[in-house]
Amino acid sequence: MKLKSLISSLGLMLMPTIALAEDKLSAGDTAWMLMATILVLFMTIPGLSMFYSGMVRGKNALSTFVQIFAITALASVVWVVIGYSIAFGGEGAFWGGLDKMFLKGVTVDALNGTIPETVFMVFQMTFAIITPALIVGAFAERMKFSAMLVFTAIWLVLVYAPITHWVWGSGGWLEGKGILDFAGGTVVHINAGIAGLVVAIVLGKRKGYGKTAMPPHNLTYTVIGASILWVGWFGFNAGSAGAANTTAGMAMAVTQIAAATAALTWMFTEWVIHGKPSGLGIASGAIAGLIAITPAAGAVGPIGALALGGLSGILCYFSVAKLKKVFGYDDPLDAFGLHGVGGIVGALLTGVFAATALGGSGFGGEISSISEQVMVQAIGIGATILYTGVVTFIILIVLKVSIGLRVSEEVETEGLDTGEHDERAYII
Amino acid sequence: MKMITAIIKPFKLDDVREALNEIGVKGITVTEVKGFGRQKGHTELYRGAEYIVDFLPKVKIEAAVSSDLVDQVIEAISKAANTGKIGDGKIFVSPIEQTIRIRTGETGQDAL
Repeated sequence: MKLKSLISSLGLMLMPTIALAEDKLSAGDTAWMLMATILVLFMTIPGLSMFYSGMVRGKNALSTFVQIFAITALASVVWVVIGYSIAFGGEGAFWGGLDKMFLKGVTVDALNGTIPETVFMVFQMTFAIITPALIVGAFAERMKFSAMLVFTAIWLVLVYAPITHWVWGSGGWLEGKGILDFAGGTVVHINAGIAGLVVAIVLGKRKGYGKTAMPPHNLTYTVIGASILWVGWFGFNAGSAGAANTTAGMAMAVTQIAAATAALTWMFTEWVIHGKPSGLGIASGAIAGLIAITPAAGAVGPIGALALGGLSGILCYFSVAKLKKVFGYDDPLDAFGLHGVGGIVGALLTGVFAATALGGSGFGGEISSISEQVMVQAIGIGATILYTGVVTFIILIVLKVSIGLRVSEEVETEGLDTGEHDERAYII
Repeated sequence: MKMITAIIKPFKLDDVREALNEIGVKGITVTEVKGFGRQKGHTELYRGAEYIVDFLPKVKIEAAVSSDLVDQVIEAISKAANTGKIGDGKIFVSPIEQTIRIRTGETGQDAL
């Protein structure tokens, strides 16, 4: 996207022929972006569904799948109706306007850079799907299905789509400041992580939290889910290059490096502190590393990936194992502890390791120093936290007093599978 | 006639069965059970959340034997099921009033 805006501004300044060159379809780029889009969708269904479902209790195992499946369908439609337009419809500083509602103008011939706009639109749609799906981890095992659907639709329109425009839309105010957010550290992970924290607090703790045992019911699901997420993440990060080019290649390399490093640092941290390395630990570590490298993928080199991955594995471990206990909120699957904390670590350190002296590919916009870049990153993080925190809170309070957010105590005790869907994951 | 009831660690079941075979015990009943004793439970850890598992899986063996075999049976089980670590289990001995083989109607010692 940055490349595109660079080319188009060059085109405006120089010759009309260069602007024409931009609008030429590349079969190679298009083929890769079709593939990347499919990979990102595969991250959510089934990857994230399995990752999350394995961590809930057996009585909620199916409902977790259903929630994510329903979010996938709902977010797709919301994206078509209005989300895409707000994010990418125009050139405002804060939103893209309503010109592309119902995908007006996204015709079969329309191009975005070197790929069809249809492909760009669906690629971005898969990001709009996974972001609210990540929040499932915070409201797991206790949110009403109906309230979840309404929340997801409103949140996409009021929170996700505008923030996407700030960072990636042409004319977005954070893009203008030179923020480096390659694949969605602010837009996806900090956004979902903070919204998750707010949801966890507004919903309140699960019945019996801290008093009764709530161990994960099938960690093999979780490890399989994490494996699918890891593979799919190459579509997420390398696909965010928007083309099959050198940036995509480096994004793929640093993604693998960060995931592997974080899996190891989480595992060894847990091993030292608790005496045993765990499956849930090494899988969570890989996800922490993938989250942290997301904003950095197009900007840092291998050294940056090792540092980002290593740190995120350790810091995310402490945030889920210790911080959560200190503050006492019930974020069942650690949407905040992983995505919020990992996203912030990644977004900040992107500002450091983008430096060419540290193997990165340089700063954003007109920025010339690490401190300046880190400051812009911090502004982006702060703005995201503030905006998503406040608006998510307001949406939830309105829903709480109108339709109610939580299932009844009876449904919560018997489980959402039978309580909300009249079916069960396991008939044994 | 005595009923010997032994609670042992599950992985010791095969050793105990062999040992009982050797001294001529003709039949046992085995049940998978859960419980706690001095070993108490154990803890499991998920992303730092500690859960205490109160009941541990054990195997219960029941053997009805003639009174003169009791000491040998106790010795065989004690030896075969011993690991020296906490949680090896217990053996209970109780009297049996009557035994009947269902197929033939034999009673008492003959039915064992």
